[in-house]
This record gives sequence, C-alpha cells and structure tokens, in this order.
Amino acid sequence: MSKIHQAFENGKAFIAFITCGYPDLETTMACVREAQKSGADLIELGIPFSDPTAEGPVIQEASLRALQGGVTTDKIFDMVRDLRKDVTIPMVFMTYANVVYSYGAERFISACREIGIDGLILPDIPFEEKEEFLPFCRAHGVDLISMVAPTSRGRISMIAREAEGFLYLVSSLGVTGTRESITTDLSAIVQAVRETTDLPVAIGFGISRPDQAREMASLADGVIVGSAIVRLLAEYGKEAPAHVGAYVRSMKEAIR
Amino acid sequence: MTNPNGRFGIHGGQYIPETLMNAVIELEEAYDHYKDDPDFNRELTALFNDYAGRPSRLYFAEKMTRDLGGAKIYFKREDLNHTGAHKINNVLGQALLAKKMGKTRLIAETGAGQHGVATATAAALMGMECVVFMGKEDTIRQALNVYRMRLLGAQVIPVTTGTATLKDAVSEAMREWTGRIEDTHYCLGSVMGPHPFPTIVRDFQAVISKEARAQILEKEGRLPDAVLACVGGGSNAIGSFYHFIPDESVRLIGCEAAGRGIDTFETAATIATGRLGIFHGMKSYFCQDEYGQIAPVYSISAGLDYPGVGPEHAHLYDIGRAQYVAVTDDEAVDAFEYLSRTEGIIPAIESAHAVAHAMKIAPDMDRDQILIVTLSGRGDKDCAAIARYRGEDLHE
Repeated sequence: MSKIHQAFENGKAFIAFITCGYPDLETTMACVREAQKSGADLIELGIPFSDPTAEGPVIQEASLRALQGGVTTDKIFDMVRDLRKDVTIPMVFMTYANVVYSYGAERFISACREIGIDGLILPDIPFEEKEEFLPFCRAHGVDLISMVAPTSRGRISMIAREAEGFLYLVSSLGVTGTRESITTDLSAIVQAVRETTDLPVAIGFGISRPDQAREMASLADGVIVGSAIVRLLAEYGKEAPAHVGAYVRSMKEAIR
Repeated sequence: MTNPNGRFGIHGGQYIPETLMNAVIELEEAYDHYKDDPDFNRELTALFNDYAGRPSRLYFAEKMTRDLGGAKIYFKREDLNHTGAHKINNVLGQALLAKKMGKTRLIAETGAGQHGVATATAAALMGMECVVFMGKEDTIRQALNVYRMRLLGAQVIPVTTGTATLKDAVSEAMREWTGRIEDTHYCLGSVMGPHPFPTIVRDFQAVISKEARAQILEKEGRLPDAVLACVGGGSNAIGSFYHFIPDESVRLIGCEAAGRGIDTFETAATIATGRLGIFHGMKSYFCQDEYGQIAPVYSISAGLDYPGVGPEHAHLYDIGRAQYVAVTDDEAVDAFEYLSRTEGIIPAIESAHAVAHAMKIAPDMDRDQILIVTLSGRGDKDCAAIARYRGEDLHE
C-alpha cells in the first residue's frame, strides 16, 4: 500500500494539479513546496503529453509550452528526486498511457517507486485496459488510480471493487477546465462507490472557486483542482508560486 | 480477425477515458445487433447502390498497362462514388447505425475534407445535425471542401491546437464527444480509434474488396497478383484488402506517405518510421519521439497526414500478410500527373501514392500478372495544391 491514504487524514483533502515544466521546472518545484506549506494534502504532477485528449484549453496550452521548453520524463524524475528532499505529502503522476508505455512500463513504474511517487493517474486507461500497467504498479507499490465518470452507470461497483489509493470522480462530462456550475448528481455516484469500497473519493474537473470546493467536499473526501492552478501559472509565470500558495490556502480553508 | 476485446494480435483495444466507455459499449452492442439484421442491410445496400452509385467499376487501364509494359493494371474506381471518395461507404453505414441508435447529431474529424464532406452529406440525407472538426492548416489546404461541407449544412470548426492537422482534429472530436454523448455519434472516418471503430469501419469498407474480387474473377477468371491502396489511418486499404486476406497468393501492399522522405522528419510513413504505442484509443504503431510524444508528421496529402495507422494494418504487418511501402511527395505528384495524362483520370493525391507504387513495380512484372489499385478518391480537390507544388498559383 502506498501512503496516499495519508492525504485523507487531515479533514477533507485538497489535491493540487500542476503541469511540470510550465513555465519551467524551477517554478514547478517552488509551486509544489508552496502548495505543501499552504495545506495541500496531495500533489498531482502532470507529465505533459503532446496530445492530451482529456484536457481543456488551459492544460493543453501548458503542456505544449512545457514540451516546447524542453521538459522530458527524465528531467521530471530528477525534479521529483529534488522535491523529495523536503516534500513529505503524497505525490502522484498524471499523464497519458503513451508516456508510460513508450518509456517502458516496468522501467517507468519502478522509477516512480524509487523517486517517491505514490500513484499514477492515466485518463486514457479505463478499467478494461488497466492490465497494461497494473501488474507493474502492484509489483512496485505504486497505486493505479481509477476514475469514475457521470456516464459510468452500471460500471461503478466493478471499478470501485478493484480501485487503489483513492477514487477519482470526474464531476462532469467533457474535458478538464473550470466550470460555472456542476450539475451531475454526484451524491448518487459517491453512494454507489461507498457501497463497494472504503477508499476515499475525490472529485475533480471544473472546480475553481472556494464555494464550489466546499460544496464538492461536502459530498466526498476531497477535491482536485487543476486548470485553476495552471491558470495562475499562465498569468504569473515565474512569480506564480506565491499566488499558488495563497490560492491553495483559500481552498483548503474552504473545505476544512 | 478480431477477438472480443477488439484486438488484432496485440494491437487495438479501448484506451479512452472512462467517460466514453459506456458510449463505445453501446455502439458495439448496437452494431452486433444490426450487422446481421436483414432490414438494416437492405437499407444500407439501397443507399450504397441508389445513392452512392455502387458497385464501383473495376476498370482496366489498358493505355497505362501498355505504357509501363508489365503487369495488367486495374483500377477500383472508388473515386466515382457519390462525394468522390470511398469515405461515403463507411459514413452511410455509421449514419444509418447512429440513426437506429436514436442519435440526432453526427460529429467527425477530417483531414483532406473527404470524410467531412461524406459525413455532412449523410447528415443532410438523414436529417441529422453535423459538426466537423478540421485542422486549421487543412482548412486552408482544402478550402473547397470546407465550402462543400457548409453548403451541405454542416458546421466546420477549425482546430488550432497542436499541429492543426488531422491528428488534432481527431483529438478535438474526441474531446467534443466526451462532452456530449447522449444525442451524438462520433462518426470516425478511418479504421482507427478505440474498439469497435476499427472493426465497424472495416466492415463497411470491405464492400470494396468484396466487389473487386468478384469483378476480377469475372473479367480475368483469376485472382490478382497484388492489391495496392494508400494508407493513412488505412480505411480504403483495409477495405481493398479484406476479402483477399484468405487468398494467400494475392500480395497486399499498403502505400504510406513518405512526405519528403523517410530519412527526414517531414514524413507520415508510420510503419516505416514509427514504433509501438498507445494513442487515440488504440495500441498500434505511431510516429513519436523517444519519450512517447507524438511526432508532428508531414505529407503533401492532408488525408495521409496522420502519425498512426489502424490496428489491423499493424497486425497484418506483424504477421507478414501485408507489406507497407513508403511513397514520397514527388513520386505521388508525378503519378497524379501521369494518370491524368495517360488515362484521363485525375486521382486524389492520397490515391496517387498507390498509383506511384504500381508504376514502380508493374514494369518488372510479367504481362499476364494482374495488379488492382484502389483509386480511393478523385483529385479535383487537389488541383490548386498540386499547381502550387509545381510553382503555379491558381485563382478561382
């Protein structure tokens, strides 16, 4: 078992997503450290992919810029080694199947273990295809995080039964990005998950404001925020870490 | 060729977000139900014959054969179909299926615009809403097709992300589908993407080889020595190969777009230069860098300008049943002009890749040998671009 469960031991969890290497890896590291200091319970480190089909415009743009800036999987591994000198909260990678597959699944996942990555989120690996990576994840103690979506009817208990770490509940149809409102009946989905597993449930996609975070956290065990943080990086560039810190503090405050 | 998990050997699968899983499962169930349904097939055959103009002709290119001095060359004339390409076969099938499933809206990606035009056509015919995603770059290269789609009542959305070509149009169509599933069918244009698309599209395109096999037996009393077709995602090629796969004496040759050459970065020849990966819902071969980032690809032909290849082709390559060759821009343009002058047929620049390879191999073959080359589309759409390639600026 990884230490992901620790993220859910300080009240409702606040999970921060950051695209690695946007605008550069130094800024990414500073943001992660600020986020930890400001109360983030888990960090999702996005390894940029050239064609991120589950992302909205904000993270697409960040991914493209990061790749143009020369970030690679190996450079991100080195960054994590540095972060692990003082970052103690759980960290997971969020990327696309081909990034892992092309690196060599076993080589990638054993590296995760070695550098201190606790889990892996791959939005293009549904339940039916998880055997591609699961055996290596099991062997190296890295949790392969499962996702449940508003359209998962009839599949929830199957997914929840074999889930690890936490369940990532996708709040809405469509891609990542901030939304004015979230209309899915999430409590029914959370209830279906709870009938099958004791694992914590975190809700992501579309959450940007403290009031949304509070509402979502009241339904589940944590909230995941990506695009709103990456937007701060787009706006403030190298000056973003302080803004990310303040934002994380306000969000954690709202859900505590 | 496919097992229940949608695999072709190790290729294929369903590498898509959870949000889309029930949509592809429903599609598979609907397809399994309708594919052997007599009414569905009667309706589809009527559309093929009365609307699309099937069966397409198998034409003996006597003058070209004489000129090259080798194998007899036959063209399977998919360019004579309504809308000018093989794409209509798949689209009529999928649109009919979507309608039976209660969908009211079709979305599609397009490269050269042929699939977009075909989808817009089927949507107009069946009274469905239609939205087509097309790379911004391609909307410029294929402006005429953009107008055709709009004329047919479709909305064309230029895609500016990534390289603004076919792969980005596919990504954007997938994103759109993830956001709106209930009333929308994603009418994928090639034998790619997650299961069941590679199987569904192949089955609807297999009419090409079903007809061609019967036609050549009638005309020549024997099977051809080789079947050639161009390969981007590979739908006209798999359609041309499918009913010949059990005939081991028939060589199957897929012609990929080498762009400026397979030793340059400006190429789209996936089997020649790619390696195994997972992208756009499938495991197959892809042009990518050492970290698995999908490579920007290039070909003069917008329809072959894709960094991957359908999973069944990847499998036919693995087992050695089909061979894949790379044809450069220069060779394709030469063939485009040659066929126009020699036979009075202006082929799509995509199809010209297959014609170019036929021109390479036919002279070394015996005169009693037979090649079937699929002309997947007609070349009107390409005239302005080829003129530019030759340094001439056309104004319409």
